Amino acid sequence: MNRTPDENPAAAFDPVEPISPIGGPTVASGTLPRWFLPAVVAGSALVAVAILLAAGSFTIVVLLLLTAVIALPTAYIWSRIAEGRRQAMDRLATLAIGTAFGLALVPLVSLLYEVIKRGVARFDGSFFTESSRGVIGAGGGAEHAIVGTLVITGLATLIAVPIGIMAAIYLNEYGTGRLRKALTFFVDVMTGIPSIVAGLFAYALFAVFLGPGIRLGIIGSVALTVLMIPIVIRSAEEILKIVPDDLREAAYALGTPKWKVVARIVLPTALAGLVTGVMLAVARVIGETAPLLVTTGVIDSVNTDPLSGRMQNLAVYAYTEYKDPGVNVQAGYDKAWAAALTLLVLVMGLSLFARWVYRRFGTDLR
Amino acid sequence: MEAHTETTRQAGRLLAGATGGRRRRGDQIFSNATVIAAVTVLAILAGVAVFLIIKSVPAITANPAELPQGKTLIDYIAPLAFGTVLAAAVAVVVAVPLAVAVALFISHIAPRRLALTLAYVVDLLAAIPSIVYGLWGIFVLGPAMVPILDWLAAHLGFIPFFAGPASVTGRTMLTAGIVLAVMILPIISAVAREVFSQAPRNLEEGALALGATRWEMIRMVVLPFGRSAVVSGSMLGLGRALGETMAVTIILSVSGIVSFNLISEQNPTPIAANIALNFPESSGVQVNALIASGLVLFGITLVVNMIARLIISRANKDTE
Repeated sequence: MNRTPDENPAAAFDPVEPISPIGGPTVASGTLPRWFLPAVVAGSALVAVAILLAAGSFTIVVLLLLTAVIALPTAYIWSRIAEGRRQAMDRLATLAIGTAFGLALVPLVSLLYEVIKRGVARFDGSFFTESSRGVIGAGGGAEHAIVGTLVITGLATLIAVPIGIMAAIYLNEYGTGRLRKALTFFVDVMTGIPSIVAGLFAYALFAVFLGPGIRLGIIGSVALTVLMIPIVIRSAEEILKIVPDDLREAAYALGTPKWKVVARIVLPTALAGLVTGVMLAVARVIGETAPLLVTTGVIDSVNTDPLSGRMQNLAVYAYTEYKDPGVNVQAGYDKAWAAALTLLVLVMGLSLFARWVYRRFGTDLR
Repeated sequence: MEAHTETTRQAGRLLAGATGGRRRRGDQIFSNATVIAAVTVLAILAGVAVFLIIKSVPAITANPAELPQGKTLIDYIAPLAFGTVLAAAVAVVVAVPLAVAVALFISHIAPRRLALTLAYVVDLLAAIPSIVYGLWGIFVLGPAMVPILDWLAAHLGFIPFFAGPASVTGRTMLTAGIVLAVMILPIISAVAREVFSQAPRNLEEGALALGATRWEMIRMVVLPFGRSAVVSGSMLGLGRALGETMAVTIILSVSGIVSFNLISEQNPTPIAANIALNFPESSGVQVNALIASGLVLFGITLVVNMIARLIISRANKDTE
């Protein structure tokens, strides 16, 4: 029997809206209208604007704080009078949690705004096409740092991805017993290695064999590899886990050997997810500063060879331009912000692109 | 759905053994390759510890006069460890309440359609490189903090944390702690959100059906259910905050003292910041001393992370 809601005889006698168990209005929600909280917030914001205009100092952060300070007690007292103590508490908690959420977003908005505002001054052609060789004041660019970032991160990706994906295949397809348990646990632990410790490890590794004071691009790559591997394993394992068993079993039933099932059935099915995971891992390490500060050194000219000589990269470039801005301090700061903006564009771009790849090419496995 | 069950695994294993020689060799090579990769990962983690220890030994055996500041190794590292723990503790105290609220907002208060987008926006906070946080902290947040620091020194100065004199640049432990809090907030809230959204539906609906308001339902069902997730998420955040380098290196005006004062111009130095500041210019046994301090940092974060993971795995066992 198919009834549209209009034909439902009960509906005619039911003045209450359908009760949604979670989130929406319920019978216990009290008597104030649903737009009560938004209305209180909007009203408080208007009052706050008026107060700030009267006081003559107007900043957005203070406005938001003042709005919260007015809205919280207003909502509580109003609801307390109209609906009672328990409903008032509910309103207060809802508003307080919303306020905390808004508060958590303030740094994000402020950071994006400031980086873009201060970064565009030097976000120009010469920033990407000139190095800092011989530059002591204004001018010059970060070509050497961008090249270094690409070489160091690229090399780290080349080392980390095969190891990471093979280890994930081990965990999901082959692993049994204690090695599997140990790997699962220690990959989690490895995720928490501080980036500077990874840098010190890479330095110590090369210093033991090549002598102290060594600075090379590849040492930075090794440091980043340590940080990338657990991220690659985690994401690859997650994605291999959701490849349905039916596919594997169908292949086995046709007599396909296991390695071919993995290489020709499982991996291609999971490809988009694997690519997404790798891109997110790259995004995670491309902005690392600390491990490269202690491993690749600082230099002003382009170096494309990770096996000889120091190598600059964007994050360390931003740090050194901030720390030693040179004879023209503002020009140095501008370059630091431009490098920060470049990094932000790279990281955000990679993250968004990775998600787009997954949504566009990902096999829907659920 | 539990993917790739033990039965499928066994089927694969049997087939691998039962078929002809050429196939078996392919299987052998491939499965050995995956085992090698797995062992390599464990070896790298062990290598981190081994090589740090090797390079720390010269500092441990060295004459204290050769070490930085002419102190013994323990006297050198102890104040740095204090700075590390203090900065991370401030970050966790600031971040946990906010992160729990953010997680609750996304899992139980925001409209369903918005929740995924909001979660993604919060995750963006985790993607921003720490050097960018450092620059933002010193150029934007620091100056903005000055009036707040003045107010704290004037009105809450009797609490040792706010004893003052207040910094005029905002380069204080409190500023650094807030930046660290922003950086670890997405980690804590992601763990908490995951578990909050798994809170038993029948209990939630039962509470609402008995007339509980949404907040009462959250307090009676969701929060008790998610308590261990909040604890372990906070531990993971603590681990991240302990090892975070660039933000504290840039923001703090370090002086290596031991002090609980969060708002003064003179700050304890965290281990990571000390390494980043001094490593590029150090040589000889001073480098070894810095690596030894890095080893201590590695030890601290390892313990914190292992505790967090144990809590998570125990909680998972309980819910299964």
